[in-house]
Order: sequence, then structure tokens, then C-alpha cells
Amino acid sequence: MAVSATHAPGRPRRRSALFGLIPAGNIERREALWFWIFISPWVIGFLVFTLYPIVMTAYYSMTKYDFRNDPIWLGLGNYANLFDDRVFWKSLQVTGYYTLLSVPVGIIFGMLLAVLLNQKVPWLGMFRTLFYLPALLSGSVAVALLFSWLLNPQFGIINSIISSLVGDRGFIPLGLSGPRWLQDPNWVVPSYTLMSLWGFGGSMLIFLSALQGVPTSLYEAAEIDGAGRIQQFFNVTIPMISPVILFTTITGVIGAMQVFTAAYVISGATNLGAPAYASMFYNLYLFLNAFRRYRMGVASAQAWILMIIILILTLLMFWASRRYVYYEADEEGMI
Amino acid sequence: MAETTSAVPIAVASPRRGFLSGKARQEQIVRIIATTLCIMGVLIILFPLGWMISTSLKTKAEVAKFPPVWIPAQLQWKNYQDALTGQNRFDVYFKNTMIFAGGAMIGELLSCSLVAYGFARLRAPGKNTVFLLVLATMMLPAWVTLIPQYIAFARFGWLDTFYPLIVPKFFGSAYLIFMLRQFYKSLPKDYEEAALIDGAGYPRIWSQIILPLSLPALGAVSIMSFMYHYTTFFEPLLYLTSEKHYPISLGLQQFRAPFGGTSFHLLMAASVTTIVPPVILFFIAQRYFIQGIVVSGVKG
Repeated sequence: MAVSATHAPGRPRRRSALFGLIPAGNIERREALWFWIFISPWVIGFLVFTLYPIVMTAYYSMTKYDFRNDPIWLGLGNYANLFDDRVFWKSLQVTGYYTLLSVPVGIIFGMLLAVLLNQKVPWLGMFRTLFYLPALLSGSVAVALLFSWLLNPQFGIINSIISSLVGDRGFIPLGLSGPRWLQDPNWVVPSYTLMSLWGFGGSMLIFLSALQGVPTSLYEAAEIDGAGRIQQFFNVTIPMISPVILFTTITGVIGAMQVFTAAYVISGATNLGAPAYASMFYNLYLFLNAFRRYRMGVASAQAWILMIIILILTLLMFWASRRYVYYEADEEGMI
Repeated sequence: MAETTSAVPIAVASPRRGFLSGKARQEQIVRIIATTLCIMGVLIILFPLGWMISTSLKTKAEVAKFPPVWIPAQLQWKNYQDALTGQNRFDVYFKNTMIFAGGAMIGELLSCSLVAYGFARLRAPGKNTVFLLVLATMMLPAWVTLIPQYIAFARFGWLDTFYPLIVPKFFGSAYLIFMLRQFYKSLPKDYEEAALIDGAGYPRIWSQIILPLSLPALGAVSIMSFMYHYTTFFEPLLYLTSEKHYPISLGLQQFRAPFGGTSFHLLMAASVTTIVPPVILFFIAQRYFIQGIVVSGVKG
């Protein structure tokens, strides 16, 4: 599609200056100059708001710094202290558990729903809109408050439904009652998963458009070979949409590692991480150290650890998927 | 899905026509099942919102009633008045949200459309490496840059102002740059090439060809950006300390009384109010929303 080779084939290539960053030839040089001018907002932003802060965070992470007094050099002391800090490990555990639970569940539901919608259902547009609606609001304070109300152990509608179905005087009287959800340490992470699942419309949309992009000729060929619907799903659909699965997984993991708003709002500003540290998500503990205790050095160390964890996880996912993800021979590759 | 097995004997019994009708019937069954499941799914997914609205119109006594009632005896519209005025200055919160979400949106729109044009169209050595860097920044956790930013903004005397929430947005956002670039790349190049031959410079091509052609994409970007800033919580939490600067998200959070004293009917009334504008916006502009998500997702 793109015609990238504009050099006339016969023209001798002159050497370009500055490690090849400045091309030879006036027209090319002018274009390259304009490229840098156009992207300069991003470059400046990257240097000022990303690169410099990352380096400074690394420096602060090796100091004792309370924001009022100058930083005092500590070396790796903050890291060593964190590794001895039980709450830190707890926050990692909560976040890891939440990621392992919410990402696969979200992807499976998103994909199943996309497959359903792809069955030439009537009113596709309406379904798509309505299923996406909650995703629009997910992550907001209103949704966190809504779920703390829905999952309220005493008056919440979800437990009311559970007890009217299987409670003492319920439809099937088993004497069961709903869990205490956000107030029971064992149910906190599943409750947050439920909340995140409500916003699965985003991944549904992405999967749906990926499904619509799978050429029908592949299904026809599979059918001629005698493959049933389920075989077609696993042998045609899944491989064809595998890049999208990878993308959704990676963005899902990165997002799940950084839950903050819901945990802050639900556990209450005064009681962060309640109950019993069960909602002490990684970023919540980071916030607590940084802006409640003014332990900026410790918080910086936490931020760097998180960045490294995310980096390793992302690379691992790319590496683990390289045999399973199918990339079409794209004109220009991914970029 | 059991119907896969039924197709086989029919196909064997009558080679051509039977196979077709069997297949058509099978597809119809699948479609009916899928539609039923979708309707059930929609009911389940909309149920929290319904409950939210229902709660917002109840009296305090009805909120605690068991078994719960869906439709209150008398719709308590007064809840909305109680929730939004008085101690809670939602008019102020709303105005604040509009100021900083609008400012941030303009910043992102301007910067991202410039940067995306550079990446989509102009050729320069090292471009792909820089673009990889843009994509890589999407992976960075916000916290790894936040503490030095906070310290710097504090030194500038920008705490408790809207500047920390607006100014950085004038330097692009990786996600929106990516989205716009995907769109620009899909535009035909003919106009630009003609304009170049006529001697137009790149800024003119950007402002007079690219921007007018990409209004739908810019619409999608504005909406996504605005929605993000409309709901964003944690940056305002850090930077805005006095109540007169609170946006909606902080005002709403303040509502929650500690230790279970929360008045859920008022809380839900306030929550419903905050989600009404985005929901209306969504229904008006859903085409842009969906396009935006699809464009950014699939090619990732």
C-alpha cells in the first residue's frame, strides 16, 4: 500500500549525517525536519513529563524523602525495607490475585459475547451499544459507589436476590445467604472482579470487530474439510484473532495491576485497604506511603518495582505468545 | 452446541438440497439461541443501572426494606435536590469538571493531531524507533512519573490549581496519538501529493487537508479524551485540595460517610446525575465511540 521507496533506483545514495538521522538530499531533509517539528510536542512531553520523572523517581527511591526536607541518600535501603514489609507483600498478593482472576474472566466473557453477537443476531447495533454502555462508566467513582451499594451485605439487591432464591424462606429453601462481599476479606477480590466484569463491553467490541475481519473463505474451507462449529472456533477463529487476544491480555494485565479509584472510594478514604488489608491494592499502598505518610522515597521504590514487574510481564506475554499468535503478512508490519 | 451433529445425517441422506436446508435450519436455531442469550445478557448488564435509578427515587425507609421494592410508592424527586445542593455544591463541581476536562481535551486534540500527522505521513530516519517509544510509554504505570511531577508542580505553586491537570495534556497522549495515526494512514494520499506539487508546505497540508478529512476521527478522540477526564479521579485527588476546586469525581466520593452511615438514596441520586451527561453523549455520538475503540484495538 505504502510506497516507501521514493529514491529513484539509479540514483546513487549519498551518505547521511549524524548517525543517519539527517538524510541526504534537500527534499528528504526538509521532510525529516518537519517530522521532528510535528512530533515535537510529544518529544518535549516525553522528556519533561516522562523521562525526567522516571529518572528522578529512581533517584528518590534511593533516598529518604518526606517532601519537606531535602532527600537523604539511603542506597537500596527502601527496597530492602519493602521486601521486609508484610503489607507490601500483601498488596502484591491482592493485586496479583485480582489480575489473575479478572483478566481471564473479562476476556472469556468479552469473547463469548462477541461470538454471540457475530451470529447475525437482529438488532446488532442496539445490543452492541447497550453492552458497551457500562464500559463507558467503568473506573468512575459512580460505579464504585454503585457496586458498594449493590453488594451491601444487609440491604444490597444482590444478596436480597440470593436469599429470595436459596435463603430460609426462599424459592428453594436451602438456608443459604449471600457472602459479605466487600466486607469479607475472602470475598473482596471476587467482588472487585465482578465490578470489572461489568465493564467488559470494551473487550467485547474489540473482539467483535476482529471476528468480523476473519475472512469467510476460511470458514468455508474448514466446512468443506468437515470441521464443525466448535472445531472451526478453535482452529480458525482463535488463531485468526490471536493478535487481538494478546493485545487485550496485555492491556488488561497492565490495567488490572493499577487499580486505584475503586479501592480508594470503596474502602473509604479513612480506612484504606479495609477489611484486613484485603483491598490493599498495589497502587493504594503506594498512595498511602506517598501522600498520607509522606514517604516519597519508599513510594518511589514501589513505583519502580511496579514498572519492572509490568515490563517483565509484558515481555513474558510477548515471548510466550510468539508461537501461538498469528500475524498476517502485513504491508508494513505492525508499525 | 449440539446442532453440529444433526447436520451430518441429513447431509448423508440427501446430498445437495437436504444439506442446504439442514444448514439453514441450523443457522436459524443458532441465531435464536444467540438472540435469547443476548437479551438475557442485556437485562443482566442493565440491572445495576436500573437499581441505581430505583434507589435514587426512594425514601430512606424504602431503601432498607426487605424484600426490596423496585418501584417506590412515591417517586422521591426531592432526593436529587437534596443530593445536589446544600452542603454539596454540585454546580461548582460540574463547572470545575468542565473547565479542566475541556482544557485537557483541547490540549490532547491539538497535540495529538499534530504528532499523529508526523508519524502517519512524514518520512524521517529513526521514525519507527520513536514510534515504538510512543507505544512503550502506554505500558508505563502512571505512578512511576507521578511523584517527581507532583514535586515539580508544587514548586511551581501549581497545587490546588487546574494547571497540573491541563498543561501536560498539551504534549500528547500515546493512546490518542496511536488512534489518530491509524486513521490518518487510512486516508488517501492523492490530495496531499497534489498539494505538495503545488508547493504547499506541510503545516498547510495538515490544517487544510488532513484536519478537514479527519473530522470523524477527531470527534472520536475528543469524546474519548473528554470522557476520560470527566471520570478521572486520582489526579484531581492529588492536586486539588480545596473544595471549591473539586470536580464531580471528588465531590461524589466525599459523599460516602464513614462507618456505614451513608444515605444510599441520596448517594445514588448524585451518582445518577453524574452519569447522565456521559450517557447522553454516548447515545448521540456512539458511532464515534465505537469506531475509536475498534481502531485502537484491532491493529494493536
